[in-house]
Amino acid sequence: MTLDDILAGLFTNDSEIETTGATIAGQAILPDGKLIHVLGITQGQPLGVDEAIALAGRVIEIIGSGDRAPILFLVDSASQRMSRRDELLGLSEYLSHLAKALLLAEAEGHRTIGLLYGGSAAGAFIATALATGTLVALPGAHPAVMDLPSMARVTKLPIDVLKAKAEATPVFAPGLDNMVQTGGIHVVWDADAPLASQLAAVLERPATQDDRGRLGAERGGRRKAADIADRVVALATSSQQASQHG
Amino acid sequence: MTTAQSNAASLSWYEASARQRVEALLDRGSFCEFIGPEQREASPHLSIFDLPEQFDDGIVIGRGRLEGSSVLIAAQEGRFMGGAFGEVHGAKLTGLLRAARMLKEDVLVLFDTGGVRLQEANAGELAIAEIMRAVIEARRAGIKVVGLIGGRAGCYGGGSLIAGTCSRLIISEQGRISVSGPEVIETNKGVEEFDSRDRALVWRTMGGKHRYLIGGADTFVDDEALAFRQAAINTLEMNGRYDLPLLTAEQQRLERRLTRFSPAADAIDVWQTLGIEAPTEIPGLPTKEFMRRAADKRENADDAR
Repeated sequence: MTLDDILAGLFTNDSEIETTGATIAGQAILPDGKLIHVLGITQGQPLGVDEAIALAGRVIEIIGSGDRAPILFLVDSASQRMSRRDELLGLSEYLSHLAKALLLAEAEGHRTIGLLYGGSAAGAFIATALATGTLVALPGAHPAVMDLPSMARVTKLPIDVLKAKAEATPVFAPGLDNMVQTGGIHVVWDADAPLASQLAAVLERPATQDDRGRLGAERGGRRKAADIADRVVALATSSQQASQHG
Repeated sequence: MTTAQSNAASLSWYEASARQRVEALLDRGSFCEFIGPEQREASPHLSIFDLPEQFDDGIVIGRGRLEGSSVLIAAQEGRFMGGAFGEVHGAKLTGLLRAARMLKEDVLVLFDTGGVRLQEANAGELAIAEIMRAVIEARRAGIKVVGLIGGRAGCYGGGSLIAGTCSRLIISEQGRISVSGPEVIETNKGVEEFDSRDRALVWRTMGGKHRYLIGGADTFVDDEALAFRQAAINTLEMNGRYDLPLLTAEQQRLERRLTRFSPAADAIDVWQTLGIEAPTEIPGLPTKEFMRRAADKRENADDAR
């Protein structure tokens, strides 16, 4: 699905969405008449310091407006921009800053919905899609931490061996199904059904605590994460009480 | 009550193991581990790759005292799988941060990591996202989350993004913060973009001195456990917060950095722009002289991180 198809399927004609280089920003009107902010990184482009600071600036404006309207963040990106300049200037701070802005928006009452409709990888995926409160995807989306050929180089395993191992576990290989099974993506939308009603269904559900660990356990892709995190909380709590009463 | 004392007379942070760092940082004998190696919570995924496991999955977490005050602490072991985040490793830190918010305790994170563990890349990537969210939720509740960076593996990839969510960062010259590692940039973009064998280039682009000078880290210390300890004690005296004014200040700080340094091709150009005296000498300077030249010239991130 192209970006234009997606926007046409989601919003009425009153949308004002601008594309500037690899980033998009604007506002749209949902079929029920309500406002939604739209941001994104598109065309499979990398996320560097310049894109991250521009997008974070938009999120801060939205929070400052106090309208508490939801934010839809569209993602079709490469990885973080791999360059000497970006790292010299402190790329990690810029990517974190964007993620922090999205997390603050959610905490300040804006629902944040990520819509992964193309690629995304590594730092760009963490700073955008994975920093939203609810992440949905369209069929054909292709998230990755690292592609299999690169992974073969790093792990020094032949790519056929890696492919065989990827059949047995969703935990390392790229791809939408694996990211769903490990709990990173809440739901994959039906491309043949109206997108607007699928977005409305997401917006109707209240914001929740981070439930990706639980989803990963239920779907069998990450059986341990939620359990370990819960056990740490329980141990920290019981040992604090013991020391206070001891 | 006796005066709280640390354990180490002199210990190189860079050379130390995760457990040695925890022991040296905290008040003597005060550390209590959560899900220690005796629980044998190793990675369930490394055996797929015929790789050895470690019973703590390369991260030590628990509670101790720092100058008498209770703190939660996590220390990554850079010598196991490069300190990388896998499912269990990451979930231990996620749980610790969630506990911090509920129990109102500050957190020290001793980074030593190459980023996401590729053999469990999806689980590691999601762990990074869960940890970042847990850091921000803890900070929203007034908790301070302080990162300490000076280990062998540096603070790379997703680890650098977590560091970017921390309230404050303490770094030594040996500490490196970067999203893409030198080899990754070279492999993807060519040796003309980044020559990973040029170690001086790596240090001045990603190392502790540069990060401190541009405001990418808040406190610069010697490669000594006691120096990290004193810096952590001082840092925890600040007030914790995370709100729109703070985020807005960070936006302005990072915009200013782009405007000020964008034309720079090399860290030396950045230091020149900062007005640092004899910038080419920076990599060779001992801490005291480095701090003298950095004072009043470096960018800082106070109330803007």
